[in-house]
Amino acid sequence: MTDFVSSFWGYYVGIITLASIIGCAILLQSQSKRRVPGAKVETTGHVWDEDLQELNNPLPNWWRWLFYITIVFALGYLVFYPGLGFWEGTLGWSSAKRYEEEQRQAEQKFGPLYAKYAQMSIEEVAADPAAIAMGQNMYLNYCAQCHASDARGSKGFPNLTDNDWLYGGDPQTIVATITNGRNGVMPPLGAVLGSDGTRDVAHYVRSLSGLPHDSIRASRGKPLFAQNCAVCHGADGTGNKMLGAPNLTDNVWLYGSSEATIVETITKGRNNVMPAWKDFLGESKIHVLAAYIWSLSNTPPQRNPLAEPDKSEPGQAEPVKVGQSS
Amino acid sequence: MDATQETYNYKVVKQFAVMTVVWGIVGMFVGVFIALQFVFPDMTHGIPWLSFGRLRPLHTNAVIFAFGGCGLFATSYYVVQRTCQVRLFSDKLAAFTFWGWQAVIVLAVITLPLGITTSKEYAELEWPIDILIALVWIAYAIVFFGTIAKRKVPHIYVANWFFGAFILAVALLHIVNSAALPATFLKSYSAYAGVQDAMIQWWYGHNAVGFFLTAGFLGMMYYFVPKQAQRPVYSYRLSVVHFWALIFVYMWAGPHHLHYTALPDWTQSVGMLFSLILLAPSWGGMINGIMTLSGAWHKLRTDPILKFLIVSLSFYGMSTFEGPMMSIKTVNALSHYTDWTIGHVHSGALGWVGFITIGSLYYLIPRMYGRTEMWSTKLITLHFWIATIGIVLYIAAMWISGVTQGLMWRAVNDDGTLTYTFVESTKASMPFYAIRVLGGLMYLAGMFLMLYNLIKTAAIGERVDARIPPVEAHAHA
Repeated sequence: MTDFVSSFWGYYVGIITLASIIGCAILLQSQSKRRVPGAKVETTGHVWDEDLQELNNPLPNWWRWLFYITIVFALGYLVFYPGLGFWEGTLGWSSAKRYEEEQRQAEQKFGPLYAKYAQMSIEEVAADPAAIAMGQNMYLNYCAQCHASDARGSKGFPNLTDNDWLYGGDPQTIVATITNGRNGVMPPLGAVLGSDGTRDVAHYVRSLSGLPHDSIRASRGKPLFAQNCAVCHGADGTGNKMLGAPNLTDNVWLYGSSEATIVETITKGRNNVMPAWKDFLGESKIHVLAAYIWSLSNTPPQRNPLAEPDKSEPGQAEPVKVGQSS
Repeated sequence: MDATQETYNYKVVKQFAVMTVVWGIVGMFVGVFIALQFVFPDMTHGIPWLSFGRLRPLHTNAVIFAFGGCGLFATSYYVVQRTCQVRLFSDKLAAFTFWGWQAVIVLAVITLPLGITTSKEYAELEWPIDILIALVWIAYAIVFFGTIAKRKVPHIYVANWFFGAFILAVALLHIVNSAALPATFLKSYSAYAGVQDAMIQWWYGHNAVGFFLTAGFLGMMYYFVPKQAQRPVYSYRLSVVHFWALIFVYMWAGPHHLHYTALPDWTQSVGMLFSLILLAPSWGGMINGIMTLSGAWHKLRTDPILKFLIVSLSFYGMSTFEGPMMSIKTVNALSHYTDWTIGHVHSGALGWVGFITIGSLYYLIPRMYGRTEMWSTKLITLHFWIATIGIVLYIAAMWISGVTQGLMWRAVNDDGTLTYTFVESTKASMPFYAIRVLGGLMYLAGMFLMLYNLIKTAAIGERVDARIPPVEAHAHA
C-alpha cells in the first residue's frame, strides 16, 4: 500500500484502531455487572436541583449484545477488508480493484455491441435506429448539460442541429472534437482598436451578414477588420474551420449578434472550452455518439432511400434558426 | 455583589431562550424558502443573493448555530447553575457570550447572502468571524467550567458531562477545521489541501453532528426529561457507558462522508466500522431517556412537553439507526448524493434536535417569568401535532425521492447506456419537493405558535431571579 509515507504510520493506524475497538468492549464489559435477582434497583444516592436523581439499573441485555455484535462485526470485517494500516484484508478487496473489475465486466458484456458499430462507418451507424438510441442516451447524459436536451445549444454553446460548424461537421471532425475537446480562443482586441474602432468593426461585422448597421462606421471598420480580424476569420469573414474561427457572414451567432454583444466579444475576447471525452467514453462509444451528433443535421444515406427521390445533398438539412442571439 | 450570589443568573438564560425561538423562525423560514426554489426554480429571477447556493448555507448556519446554538447556551447555563447550585462563574463573560454569539449570527446573515464564504460545509464563515466564534467559545468554556469548579454539590450531574464534552469538542473542531491562510479581509484559503482537506472537513462535519447536535442536546435531555417526567434517570451505569463510548467513537466516524472517493480504502473502512459501533452508544442515550418515563407513561397522554421530549428521543433512535446503516459502503452507494441524505439529516434535525429544544424551552421559558407553565398548554399540544405531521411529511418525501434518485441514477440499459438522464430523476422528485415544502411550512407554523405563546407568557409573567436554595446534606451511598 502506498497510503503511508513511512511504515510507522501503518502500524500506528493498525494498532490504534484495534486498541480502540477492543477498548469499547472492555468498557462495556467493565459495566456489565448483572443484577442480583430480586434485588430492588437503588438510586445512586445523589440529588441535584431539589429532585433530580438517578436509578442504577443494569445495562439492558439486548443493548449489550447489540453493542458486542457491532464490535465483533468490526473485528471480523477488518480481517477480510483493508482497515488496519498495511493489512489489505484476506479478500484482497480494494475500491480500485472493484472499479476495474466492474469496468472489465461491462467491457465483456457491452464490448461486442460497440465493436460491431466500430466496424461500420459513421454514416452507416447513423442509419441504425438502435445505435441512434444509444447515441441519444449518451448525448442526454454527457452533452445535454451544455448543448441542451434538444441539442440546439445556448449562448456560448453551439447548436448541433443547424449544420453550421465551427470546426467542421464531417464525421471524422465530430469524432475528433468529442475525443480531444476544443478550446476556442479569440484574443481581446479592445486595447488595439480603441472603443470607437471596436464599434466600427462591430458594424462592419454586422454588415457581413446583412444585419442593420451604420454604413459609415462599417466602412471605417472594414480596413480595421482586414488588419486585425481577417487573419483568423478570413478576408471575406467566412471563418476558418482549422482554427474554429466562426463564419461571420452566415448570421449564426454563438454569443449573439447585437452591437453590444459583438463589441463585448471584440473588446474582451472569448475563451470557450469543450472538454475531451477520450478517457471517459473511449473510442468505441465516441464512434456511436458521433453518429448521433452527425445524424442531427444530416440524413443518413440508406434510411428510406425511396422516400427522398430528390438528390438533396446530405448535410444540407434545413438549418434551425435558434440560439443565434443572446 | 453578595446579593447576586444568592440568585441564579436567569437574565442570560432568558436572552438566549428568546433568541432561540426568534432564530428558529428565521432559519426555518429560509429553509422553507429554498425548499420552494426546488418547486419553482425561477422564483427569484436569478437575483444572486437570493440564490440557493447562497441561502442554503444561511439556512444551515441559522438553524444549527443560531437556533441550536442559542438553545444550547440557554439550557446549559440554566442546567449548570441549577445542578451545581451556584450562580454562573461570571455574569460579564456570560453577557459577552450572548452578545458575541448574536454578532456572529448577524454577520452570517450579512456575509453569506453576499457570497462571502470559505465554501467549507457548516464552516462557511470567513476568518474574521471564525476568530470571533473562537473567542466567544473560549468565554463560554470559562463560564461553564468555572461554574462547575465552584459548584456546591459534590457530584457533577450527567447533563453537565455532555454539555462539557460538547463545549470542549466544538472548540477543538472549530479551531482545527477553520485553520486558514487569510488572503484579504474577507477571503482565506484552507490550511489543508486535497483529500486531507476533505478528511479534516468531514472529521469536523460529522463531529459537528456528534457534539454540537448530539452531545449538547443529550445534555438537555438528561435534565429536562427527568424534570418534566418527575422520575429519576433510568440508569447511571448506562449513562457512564454510553457517554464515554459516544464521545470516543464519534471522533472516528467522519470518513463515511467520503465513501468511494480518493480517500484511502483503509480510512473508509475504519469510518464505516466506527459508525456501526456508534449505534449502541447512541441508543444508550435514547433508552436512558425513554426508560426514565417508566412508571409515568400515563403522563404522555396529557403532557405535550413530554410528548415533545419523548418523540424527540424516538426520532433520535431512528436517525441513529439510519446513520450507521447509511455508512455501510453498499448502502451508501445508493444513498449518497441523493435526497435520502437530506431526509436523514432532517429526521435528526427537526425530530431530535428541534423537538428536544422545543420541549426543553417549554419547560424553561415559564420559569424565566416566575411561572411553571406557559400561557397556553393547548397551543403546545397544537404545536406538537402540527410539527410532528410536518416532520413525517418532510422525511417520508425525502426518503422516497432519495431512493428513487439512487435507483434511477444506477439503472443501465442492455446496451450499457444509462436508462435515465439526470433531469428525468429531477422530474421524478418534483412532487416530493412540493410535499417537503408543505412539511417545512407546518414545522415553521409551529414555531410561530411557540413565539406567540412566548409573548403571551412574558406578558403575564414577572421578571424573576430564582433564589439559590441552601445545599442540603445528602446521605451518601
